[in-house]
Amino acid sequence: MGMETESQFHVLAVDDSLFDRKMIERLLQKSSCQVTTVDSGSKALEFLGLRVDDEDPNVLSTSPHIHQEVEINLIITDYCMPGMTGYDLLKKVKESAAFKSIPVVIMSSENVPARISRCLEEGAEEFFLKPVKLADLTKLKPHMMKTKLKKESEKSAKEEESEVSKPEIEEEEAVIEILPLHQELESEQLETIVSSSNKRKAMEEVISTDRSRPKYNDITTSV
Amino acid sequence: MDLVQMQKSLQDYTKSLFLEGILDSQFLQLQQLQDESNPDFVSQVVTLFFQDSDRILNDLSLSLGQQVVDFKKVDPHVHQLKGSSSSIGAQRVKNACVVFRNFCEQQNVEACHRCLQQVKQEYYLVKNRLETLFKLEQQIVASGGMIPAVELGF
Repeated sequence: MGMETESQFHVLAVDDSLFDRKMIERLLQKSSCQVTTVDSGSKALEFLGLRVDDEDPNVLSTSPHIHQEVEINLIITDYCMPGMTGYDLLKKVKESAAFKSIPVVIMSSENVPARISRCLEEGAEEFFLKPVKLADLTKLKPHMMKTKLKKESEKSAKEEESEVSKPEIEEEEAVIEILPLHQELESEQLETIVSSSNKRKAMEEVISTDRSRPKYNDITTSV
Repeated sequence: MDLVQMQKSLQDYTKSLFLEGILDSQFLQLQQLQDESNPDFVSQVVTLFFQDSDRILNDLSLSLGQQVVDFKKVDPHVHQLKGSSSSIGAQRVKNACVVFRNFCEQQNVEACHRCLQQVKQEYYLVKNRLETLFKLEQQIVASGGMIPAVELGF
């Protein structure tokens, strides 16, 4: 996999269970990510800088009081949480103009195909079955790189003197256009990005997790 | 016992836990997350698991002991226990929880009581074994040795 040597990716992890937060935090750290953990969807939104209007909870506004200095490259959230579920959080993020480009990944200990497809249709990039493994997290890098690449392309677009304002580029298209310029990305990553833009295929990939593969396949520890 | 013998004992002991199905490969995943920057990760997480589980089993005993059992209270507890035992690789506890949940769904109080006993049994077993494992590790470290990695020949 290509090495991201510049700034680290920063992931926001959401889970109501302390135990699960500790696990996902360690997994992400081990995958060279910076991690912030919160125990609820509403705290996640607060952290992002989205304030829920007290009177009308359906209205989300970017809070003028919370100055969001931290750039979040990915949100990973548990599905089953009291109050705001992971699915609710996903919806709120995707409905917000400011944050809808942040990739969201859902985790659940239950393999419910209807749940998985609902999340993917709502815009989740991946659906991980718990317990999440280190190998699962390698799937995150392409999604996080997408936002970094997009930001960089937006930056260079602004630097060019252009009288015509560019129309908003579809996320998937932007990735495919930019990719050939970056030789660090290996073909494996290309496949992951292309296939993950086809959500139905992603769902199938998710369902056939290593539950069906022999458990002890990837043990490589030795004395 | 010298250091090499202690290390061999630890390896054999760990292997036996896998062979008996008390632990599964998820425990190895935990060990992979431990390194110089987080040298106590496994014992920290397992301790959290013990604390959580003690509390849950207590709550379950109370809930199932009620005149009228509220399965809406019972099921989430079992779900949580299933999740955390699965995350640390406590295979038998997890499997017992799966059976437990099925009977919760059927609202079968008798069977749930039996399931709770089964879960407790498996839990105390893995708790006991892991505490022994950590003691063996501590002895090795105290003697200035390194914890050997587990070699599995499946």
